[in-house]
Amino acid sequence: MNFSVNHSILYVFAGIVIVFVLGQSIFFLLKARKRAVELGISKKIIRGTITGSALFTVAPAIAILLGLISLSRFLGIPLPWMRLSVLGALTYELPAAASVAKILNLPMDQSVAAPSVYISIAVVMTVGILSGILIILFFQKKMQARLKRMKEKDAKWGSILMDSLFIGMIATFLGMVFSDIHLGLSGWIPVFVMLFSSALMAVCGLLIKKWKMTWLENYAMPVSMLGAMAFAIPLTSWIGG
Amino acid sequence: MKSFYEEKIHRWGRVSLALAILLFLSYPVLVSVYFKTLPDFSLVLQGLLAVAPVYWTVGAIEALTFGPMLGSGGAYLGFVTGNLTAMKVPAALRAMQIAKAEPNSEEGEVISTIAIAVSSIVTTLILVFGMLLLNTLRPVLESATLAPAFANVLPALFGGLAVVFLAKHWKIAVVPMALMLTLFLIRPSLSSAISLLIPVSAVITILVARILYKKNKL
Repeated sequence: MNFSVNHSILYVFAGIVIVFVLGQSIFFLLKARKRAVELGISKKIIRGTITGSALFTVAPAIAILLGLISLSRFLGIPLPWMRLSVLGALTYELPAAASVAKILNLPMDQSVAAPSVYISIAVVMTVGILSGILIILFFQKKMQARLKRMKEKDAKWGSILMDSLFIGMIATFLGMVFSDIHLGLSGWIPVFVMLFSSALMAVCGLLIKKWKMTWLENYAMPVSMLGAMAFAIPLTSWIGG
Repeated sequence: MKSFYEEKIHRWGRVSLALAILLFLSYPVLVSVYFKTLPDFSLVLQGLLAVAPVYWTVGAIEALTFGPMLGSGGAYLGFVTGNLTAMKVPAALRAMQIAKAEPNSEEGEVISTIAIAVSSIVTTLILVFGMLLLNTLRPVLESATLAPAFANVLPALFGGLAVVFLAKHWKIAVVPMALMLTLFLIRPSLSSAISLLIPVSAVITILVARILYKKNKL
């Protein structure tokens, strides 16, 4: 059997996994939607959540597609397609593949030729990232029950605690945006992009609150994100990143 | 009393998660059987030694941080579909905020699950279409013109989110933001360890919030 990183059987194997996870997503979507209706959440909010989440996903998903393209030179399309559609993220997959490539001194701009190396990389990529999913599998129920008890005891603190988790995460990324400013003006590009995104979001917020354009709520995030990404193009050309 | 949904969500989540793990592990096994080749076990061991200590720690931290944020349905689905930090978590946060649903309430739980499911379906579809149209799209997506836009996805994403969340709780946000900013200015290389820093920042934020809460400043 001649091995190739783009062998048709690999598309079949990857496709099985992706179809399963797609089915799982549809199952959870339908169950959650049904429960949302039972809880009295308006159809407008449910529809808005679906549309807004879909729009919001487009830009990061295209960035993932770019990751797929970059990994495909080394691993072909099926394996990165599977890894980036489910479970993984480029920040994990690329270093995992690179670590094996480094051990064997393989150039990452050429396809893996030996099936044993390809399978070894697939094992490292899979097993290397399983801890999070295993913890959720065994401990999510306990974690959720504990949080619920805490919230029942003190509802206000429970709510502040959850917001603190979000703020902690956002603060980390905001700090990271400044990590390149030692490079000079070009290192400020991510900072300007972030500020532009914040400004667009603030404008959307004003339009929603002052001018009652509530329909904009679901589009504010995609607008600020895509607007800021578009802004990065002339800005980089002007500053010279 | 727990609703039928609350009763069932853990069973659905656990069964589908266990099946998904088996399927993920089956990919290298099936390739091995089909091409009648075993993996190079020494290579696997060396590769795992290089990445597993960090990834297993990061994975555990992500589960403990994001699990409570996303609610049960969202967490079961989000951890299977991946791309948490830059996609699923912000998608869930954004949706809960717009729907004015409290995280860790049943309303928040279903809204978060809907957002993550939709995000996952859209990503899968975009990757399928992207693959089918790869030859046409590759020159466009990899063009030098668009490169700055894709290099700035995270600042563009978190700039908008920051306005929403930090405006609401600026008192809690000041200390962790100042601390993270200082940390990244002193050690720019820490950006490669972002996943390890998120829980550190989260713990600091919780401590600040607790102090302010106890002093009735929130």
